[in-house]
Amino acid sequence: MRQRSMVIFTSILTTGALTLTACGSRDDSGDGDSGDGGSTTLTIGVDAPLSGENSTTGLGIQYGAQIAVDDANKKNTVPGVKFKIKALDDKAQPATGQQNATALVGDKSVVGAVGPLNSGVAQSMLQVFSSADMVQISPANTNPELTMGKNWQTSPKRPYKTYFRTATTDALQGGFAAEYAYTGLKKKNVFVVDDKQTYGAGLAKLFNEAFVKAGGKVAGTDHVNTGDKDFGALVSKIKAAKADLVYYGGQYDESALITKQLKDAGVNIPLFGGDGMFATTYIETAGKPSEGDLATAIGVPVDTLPGAKAFVDTYKAKGYKGDYGAYGAYAYDATTAIINSVKAAKAANDDKLPSGDELRSKVVEEVQKADFEGISGKLSFDEFGDTTNKQLTVYQVEKGKWKAVKTGTYDPS
Amino acid sequence: MNTLPQQLANGLLLGSMYGLIAIGYTMVYGIVQLINFAHGEIFMTGGFGALTVYLALPSGTSMWALVPLMLIGGAIVAVLIAVGAERFAYRPLRGAPRLAPLITAIGLSLALQEVVRNFYPDADRARAFPGLDNTHDIGSVTIKDADIFLILAAITCMAFLALFISRSRTGRAMQATAQDPDTAQLMGIDTNRIIVIAFAIGGLFAAVASVAYGLKYGNIDYRMGFLMGLKAFTAAVLGGIGNIYGAMLGGLVLGVAETLASAYIDGIPGMEQLGGASWANVWAFALLILVLLFRPQGLLGERVADRA
Repeated sequence: MRQRSMVIFTSILTTGALTLTACGSRDDSGDGDSGDGGSTTLTIGVDAPLSGENSTTGLGIQYGAQIAVDDANKKNTVPGVKFKIKALDDKAQPATGQQNATALVGDKSVVGAVGPLNSGVAQSMLQVFSSADMVQISPANTNPELTMGKNWQTSPKRPYKTYFRTATTDALQGGFAAEYAYTGLKKKNVFVVDDKQTYGAGLAKLFNEAFVKAGGKVAGTDHVNTGDKDFGALVSKIKAAKADLVYYGGQYDESALITKQLKDAGVNIPLFGGDGMFATTYIETAGKPSEGDLATAIGVPVDTLPGAKAFVDTYKAKGYKGDYGAYGAYAYDATTAIINSVKAAKAANDDKLPSGDELRSKVVEEVQKADFEGISGKLSFDEFGDTTNKQLTVYQVEKGKWKAVKTGTYDPS
Repeated sequence: MNTLPQQLANGLLLGSMYGLIAIGYTMVYGIVQLINFAHGEIFMTGGFGALTVYLALPSGTSMWALVPLMLIGGAIVAVLIAVGAERFAYRPLRGAPRLAPLITAIGLSLALQEVVRNFYPDADRARAFPGLDNTHDIGSVTIKDADIFLILAAITCMAFLALFISRSRTGRAMQATAQDPDTAQLMGIDTNRIIVIAFAIGGLFAAVASVAYGLKYGNIDYRMGFLMGLKAFTAAVLGGIGNIYGAMLGGLVLGVAETLASAYIDGIPGMEQLGGASWANVWAFALLILVLLFRPQGLLGERVADRA
C-alpha cells in the first residue's frame, strides 16, 4: 500500500530527526565596532550559545567581552592597535562549536578566542585551536579534564597548552556544594540528577562522591535529556525515595522545570545545582517554586567586587541582553588577558606587532605569564592553564533573587 | 509508597496531550494523505497566541475568565496558521509528488519556529505562562488543577469530535472525502472546504493542547513544538494514522509506556543502564518500531470507513 510505505518512510525520518535535536538558526550578529582607519584592528573571537538553550549566560559572555574591548579601545591599552569582537553562536552544540573554532582560526585578524560556555563544546574546539597555536580562554568551563586530561584525579597532564580558563573546576565546585549541603544545610539523603552532558554528568558525579565521603546518603540517581519538558516520572521517583535535597548537574533550562514540577507535586525540598543554573532566567522560568533553591558559582559575587562596579554599570547602561552575573566579569577578564598579552608581545618585539601566526603563538606564551588585577580579582594561570583564583560562592534564591550565602574555597583532600 | 498509580496518572496526562496533538496529524492524513510536519509548530504558535491574550489582559483577572479567553486566543492563532498553511503551502502542491508537500511541511515548520523566535518579544528563551498549580491528593496520587483541565479538555474534545464526525452533515462529508475524494466531489461535496475544516480542527485541538501544556509546565518556548510534534506523530502512527480514535489511544499508550519505562526499567536487575528519564524517548520509539514491524496499520488500524 502506497500510503503505508509513506508512513514508514516518514517514521524513519522522524526517528532520525530526533537524534538531531538541533534546531534554530545561525546568528552571526554581534560584530563590534571596527577600529579607526589608521591603526591595525585585531579581532577577539567569542564563542558561546547566543540563542536558544543557555543563551542567557552565553550572551553575558559575549557582552562581557564586548565591554572589555570597548574599554581597551577607549584607554588605548595597546597603542596603534584597536580590538573588535567576532561573536559566533554555538547553540550549545559541540559540532557547531567546532565549526566556529575553525572559522575563527581561518580569520587572519583573530588573535585569540574567549569561550565557550559548555565544557562539552570546549572538548570539540581544543584540537582546532591547538593546531593553529591560538589562545582560547574560557570564562565558564568547569570540567577538570579540559586542563588536566582524562586521568586528572591520579596523574594530571595538560593536554593542550593553548587552553586556559578563568573558571574554577568542578572538582572544587562539586565538593564545595556537597560540603555545604551536608554541613551547612544538614541534608542527609540526596537525589542526584544530571543531563548526561560533559559538564552536568561530571559535576553530578563529583558531588555524589564528595557527599558520600562527607557521610551523606544518595537516595537515588537519574539522568534526563536536554530539551525534556515533562519530568513527571522523575518527580514521582524523587518523592518515593524520600530525598531531602535534589542535586542537579546541568543547565537552568531543565532544572527550572524540574524544580517547578517537583514543588507542584508537593515535594517541598530544595534543588541544588552548579554554576550552569546560576542565572536570573532560572528564577523567572521556575517562578515561586525556585524559592530556597541553591546554586554554586565560581568566584565571589560580582556585585561585591569593587573593580566590577564600573563593568556592571556599563552592562546595565548599555541595556545588553543576557545575564552578566555568572560569567560576564570572567569573560571581561579573559578578554583583557588576551589584550594585555598582545601588548606584551608587541613590547617584547621592539614595539612592533609580530605578524600573523607568530603573534598568535606569542600571545599563548604571554597569557601563560599573565598576572594582573582583573575585575573579578587577581588573575594568573597555573601550569595546567587553570586560574589560581579558586573562590566559590553558594547562592540561594530569596524573594525571587539569587543571594550569596557562603563564599569560600574547597580543599578536596 | 506504591508509585504505580501516580506514574500511571503521569503517563495518562502526558498521553492526553500527545493525543490532542495527534488528532491534527491523523485528520489531515486521513483526508489528503499528507503528513503535516508543521503541526508541532502550529501547536507552538497556539501557545504564543494564548500567552499574548494573557499579557494583554490586566493582571489579577480570575483564572475562570482567563483560561477560556486564552483558549480562544490560542485557537484563533493556531487555526489561522493551520488554514493559512493549507491554503498557501499545501494546496498549490496537491497534485505534486508526495515528497514535495512533505518537504514543504518541514520548511514551514522551521519558518514558523524562526518567525516566533525572532519576532515575538523575548521568545529566544522560555516565556513564563500562568500556571494552575493548586494540587489535590486523591489517594496516593497528586494531581494539580492544570492536570484536571487537561483531562477534561481531552475528553470534551474527543466527544465533540466523535459526535461531529458521525452525526453532522459536514462530518459525514469528511468521511466520504476520506474514503474517496474524487467520488465525494462528484456527489457534490466541496472537498476543498472539507480539507480546510480538517486543518482547522487540527489547529483547534493543538491550541487546546498548547494551553494545557502552558498551564501544566508554566512556560512555553519556540522549540516546544518540535519534540511534542514528533511524539504526537508517533502516537498517530501507533494508533493507526487516519483513525481519530487511534490517535487518542496511541497518545495514551505512548505517554504511559514512556512514563513507566523511565520509572521502572532501571529497577529491573541488569537493566540499570537502560532506564531513567533519559531513556524515555528510546523506549517510545522502540515501541513505534515494534508496532510498525508487527502491525504496520497501527493499533486500531487505518479503518477506511472511520478515516476522517
